[in-house]
Amino acid sequence: MSARVPLPAWVDRILLPVLNVSLAFLIGGIVVLLVGQNPLEAVQIMLYGAFGYGDGFGYTLYYTTNFIFAGLAVSLAYHAGLFNIGAEGQGYIAGLGVILVALWLNGTHWALMMPLMLVAGALFGAFWAFIPGYLQAKRGSHVVITTILFNFIATSLMSYLISRVLKPAGVSADESARIEAVTRVPQLREFIPFFGYSPVNLTFPLAIAALFGVWFLIWRTKFGYAVRALGFNPTAAHYAGISNARLIMITMALSGGLAGLVALNEVAGVQGRLILNFMAGAGFVGIAVAFMGRAHPIGVALAALLFGALYQGGQELAFSMPAITRDMIVTIQALVILFTGAMGEMLRPPLERIFARRAPAVARPAE
Amino acid sequence: MERVNHPDAQRPQGAAASAPAIELRAINKSFGPVHANRDIDLSVQKGTVHGIVGENGAGKSTLMSILYGFYTADSGDILVNGKTVSISNSSDALSLGIGMVHQHFMLVDNFTVLENVVLGAEGSALLGRSLSKARSELQRLARDYGLEVSPDTLIEDLSVGQQQRVEILKALYRGADILILDEPTGVLTPAEADHLFRVLATLRNEGKTIILITHKLREIMAITDAVSVMRQGRMVATVPTSETSPEALAELMVGRRVLLRVDKDEARPGDVKLAVENLTVADDAGVIRVKGVSFSVRAGEIVGIAGVAGNGQSELLEAIAGMRRPVAGRVIVNGHEVTTHGEAGAAELRQKGLAHVPEDRLRMGLVTNFEAWENSILGYQDEPRYGGGLALDIGASRREFEGRIAQYDIRPANPRLKTANFSGGNQQKIVLAREMERDPDILIVGQPTRGVDIGAIEFIHNQIVKMRDAGKAILLVSVELDEIRSLSDRILVIFDGEIVGEADPASADEGELGLLMAGVHNKEAAQ
Amino acid sequence: MTKTFTRSAIALAAGAGMAALMAGTALADPAVLYDGGGKFDASFNESTFNGAQRFSEETGIGFGEFEITTDAQREQAMRQFAQRGANPILVPGFNWETTIRTVAAEFPDTNFAIIDAVVDLPNVRSIVFKEHEGSYLVGILAAMASETGTIGVVPAFDFALLNAFACGYKQGAKSVNPDIEILDTYIGSGFDAFNNPGGGAEVAQSQLDRGADVIFQVAGGAGQGVLQAVADADKLGIGVDSNQNHLHPGNVLTSMLKRVDVATYNAFKDFEDGNWTNEIITLGVAEEGVGPAFDEHNEALITDEMRAAVDEATAKITSGEIVVHDFRTDNSCPV
Repeated sequence: MSARVPLPAWVDRILLPVLNVSLAFLIGGIVVLLVGQNPLEAVQIMLYGAFGYGDGFGYTLYYTTNFIFAGLAVSLAYHAGLFNIGAEGQGYIAGLGVILVALWLNGTHWALMMPLMLVAGALFGAFWAFIPGYLQAKRGSHVVITTILFNFIATSLMSYLISRVLKPAGVSADESARIEAVTRVPQLREFIPFFGYSPVNLTFPLAIAALFGVWFLIWRTKFGYAVRALGFNPTAAHYAGISNARLIMITMALSGGLAGLVALNEVAGVQGRLILNFMAGAGFVGIAVAFMGRAHPIGVALAALLFGALYQGGQELAFSMPAITRDMIVTIQALVILFTGAMGEMLRPPLERIFARRAPAVARPAE
Repeated sequence: MERVNHPDAQRPQGAAASAPAIELRAINKSFGPVHANRDIDLSVQKGTVHGIVGENGAGKSTLMSILYGFYTADSGDILVNGKTVSISNSSDALSLGIGMVHQHFMLVDNFTVLENVVLGAEGSALLGRSLSKARSELQRLARDYGLEVSPDTLIEDLSVGQQQRVEILKALYRGADILILDEPTGVLTPAEADHLFRVLATLRNEGKTIILITHKLREIMAITDAVSVMRQGRMVATVPTSETSPEALAELMVGRRVLLRVDKDEARPGDVKLAVENLTVADDAGVIRVKGVSFSVRAGEIVGIAGVAGNGQSELLEAIAGMRRPVAGRVIVNGHEVTTHGEAGAAELRQKGLAHVPEDRLRMGLVTNFEAWENSILGYQDEPRYGGGLALDIGASRREFEGRIAQYDIRPANPRLKTANFSGGNQQKIVLAREMERDPDILIVGQPTRGVDIGAIEFIHNQIVKMRDAGKAILLVSVELDEIRSLSDRILVIFDGEIVGEADPASADEGELGLLMAGVHNKEAAQ
Repeated sequence: MTKTFTRSAIALAAGAGMAALMAGTALADPAVLYDGGGKFDASFNESTFNGAQRFSEETGIGFGEFEITTDAQREQAMRQFAQRGANPILVPGFNWETTIRTVAAEFPDTNFAIIDAVVDLPNVRSIVFKEHEGSYLVGILAAMASETGTIGVVPAFDFALLNAFACGYKQGAKSVNPDIEILDTYIGSGFDAFNNPGGGAEVAQSQLDRGADVIFQVAGGAGQGVLQAVADADKLGIGVDSNQNHLHPGNVLTSMLKRVDVATYNAFKDFEDGNWTNEIITLGVAEEGVGPAFDEHNEALITDEMRAAVDEATAKITSGEIVVHDFRTDNSCPV
């Protein structure tokens, strides 16, 4: 007999995350107050920056694109019981795949190039995640440790390749040659002027498609069935004749492939070239997005939008309220990650107590 | 099992006259919508062994947890020795002289017996003095109650039965006058269980009060003075043990008449369907658990493997089911030698006509977070009837399972309910339905009724016999000797990874089987 | 749910109103956008800030500023300043090159300035430094201060700009003592090395162990580790970019100043005085854009003889009698 009664679904899925975010903003507000600024005004500026005008909204969607891919990457692995901390490095390496294809066929029309760059990015990202998957499946090296280490390897490797191999002569900054405009993934503003100068591009609708794709994969295919069986109960999966080792490797590769699509957005869509550290932490935000979104595509979409708004709103805030430095904004963003990710369960016990007391009599499954 | 006699045939007059050791009045406890205890009244006399029986989920554990301070009752009174008390944590319970021996031991494996006994009762900051005092006290208790165990042995080096003694010593060391034992014999050999009951009798004769929670009615009849029956959160009866019978108790527990015996005809064995030859199997740590075992199972017979838990049964089952690669030996299924290598071996064996009801449904047989219908295709998910290509045909899977819900009387009849929310018996029915409805030639079954209520046990046993009568070869592994005896057509006894004997269930003597299970190979040695 | 929605709608409306207000007020002030290292990096960015601050204090004119957190914000923030009428917009660091090319083309009526890179657009002023010349002068000081005949230089990593510092330094030292031994060790292999003071300290320690008694750091934030290790060993370090003499008085021989602050101040001042030009401005020893720092913290370390040698070399570089080789012209160093 368990003493804990599960929370109603809406409390679990909506109220709890909303409370977590509110708590983060409350503490963030205190920080703002401490530097002598008006927290309500700060919130207004953030909302305005994120949703109030075309450019701002476009930037929000641009960040959201990255976070959807990274969040889906972490979520998919999570369903198989794998904690992929390496989306950051997988996306970074994927940038190499995107730029190699882009520069190889530079000048080709994007309609042909977008699928090629997508596949290249996904394959490179998949490869970078497959290795930790292999080490987990065949050698028992924990995927959390190896993916973290692979982030470091990716950083060093890419620094070397960008500054020594890909950098064209006569350029000071560490970056690759540029992708020609016709080859780059087109910006949405070319079709919808509302988005102003913002860098949101055709990768965004692709991210929306990926949300549906991952949902279908996890809940409507035999592969997804096996993945969830493995994630919930590896012993039962083994009993069911599922090859856990094989599934771990495939799932990690798929997860890395999704993370690799961040590179499509950044390299082929936004920067038009490969620059150092273009991931800028998107892979780590993906972990928070996956947790906050309960590893479900709808949740991932909402959490990615929240973080996208937070990033873009934060920029607006730093621009409009110079007293709030970028470090404080990072602090507020970190608070949201902390309260929704690491401490996301903190409010569960008190909520359970409240709802256990006033819950209507639900029929208890009986013998 | 012998009846352990009370010194007096009647309950002593003095004890009856004084206040009961424990008295509960109108205890209520709810967890959200679940009313786990409803208006419970219970009176336990001093110096008696009081049994509490009931099905899983009847509210026994909740009631004992209230008594031991894990939970607080929503309403009602607790009286200890006639005085109303409030127990809000286990140290309150201890100070009132209530000790508890849990089903899963609460011991620190890499501490010695002595360290475990003083843990939480150290007395002073400097351990040395309390340890030496504790040592002499521990030795006195052990001598008085027949609980000998070396104080300086590490817990991990003790047998399960010895660990249980340490749990009892721990409670006594803290001055417990009232001992609660939760399913104490589940992990014991018959011999160890007998020893435990002798200890309990001694404790009772010394004036201790014992509350025994069990689902084994034979134990209730053997050791208790009075027995209380719980059903669906209520206390439905309290009777002197001498005035009741196992059948009457079972009826009280379930609420209807229950057949405790399995009715089956003589087996008509056919061809050998499953053969195991010199099978040697190691566990995950590489320790050899099954040592060169050979046997065969024919169509239309049930072969039961009896043994105390942990003697290699799990590894044997997993090796036959293709989940564990044997170190040596062969498994022949339906005339094919199965190459049990690689991880996907289980899928291969299913295709060869072998179905497997695993020992531990929660750990292996089910994904408890899945909806029920999802578990009804576990292991068969790749079959074309559940969808062609990559896609999973949810509709077809659910419709099929809905048919089984009716056939196996699975409750609640909701294919989308999370599996964890079904009772143990219904979970087991989900597994059985899945494995039996494939019409396999061979069925291997581990602990088919572990944690299953009496009503469901009857149904499950009948299903297994029906399979046999339909000409299937059935290998049954159980630690419940009663179950083995009532279902099997042949009994093999496993001890320390070896088949140490074979018996005919009709003529087998229980004592003899018990000795075999305890590893005593010949009768002379036992004398 | 409805309530929250209404509330956020109100907030949005308020935000939009405020934006309308802000769009009305054109920021005619100059603006600075800092590079990834951030405003207070004790080096390059901070030097830019100091120049802007000095301008602001002298003229009473404010200036806008922004620190980026991601690369995507470069274009965004620069455009925001341009849209809100900031003029001129100055950015330190060659990482801004791509951004300024894009945004300056969109706002032909706004003036831009970039430090450390050349952008050939009609509304962009490019400011570059002859780091090799200033490094030549500190090389002279290092060679004269050395007692062991071994000196060192610690660039962050193998990078043309940093090699230009090191090469000028070597030329200067050899001009004093042709037999001097010069150790040259990188801290790391990429931009991360700038943020690795621990690595800087290790590299410095290894040079000290090999006999170096004067070490020139060309490593941004990691240079603090170099100077610390040298001070701990009671030897002499040389700072870079900003005046770092005060960090360990008595143990910092001098600092190779790169007057980013002056360049920034001049840019803003030129615009204010109507003297703005969109051209390439090269600041060398002659323009006093680079050179060694002399102040009360290193007074005791600099002899009159050393001072005279620096003055003489300064005059010769200005007159063209000495031409210091720039590593960047052929990616090699003659010494």
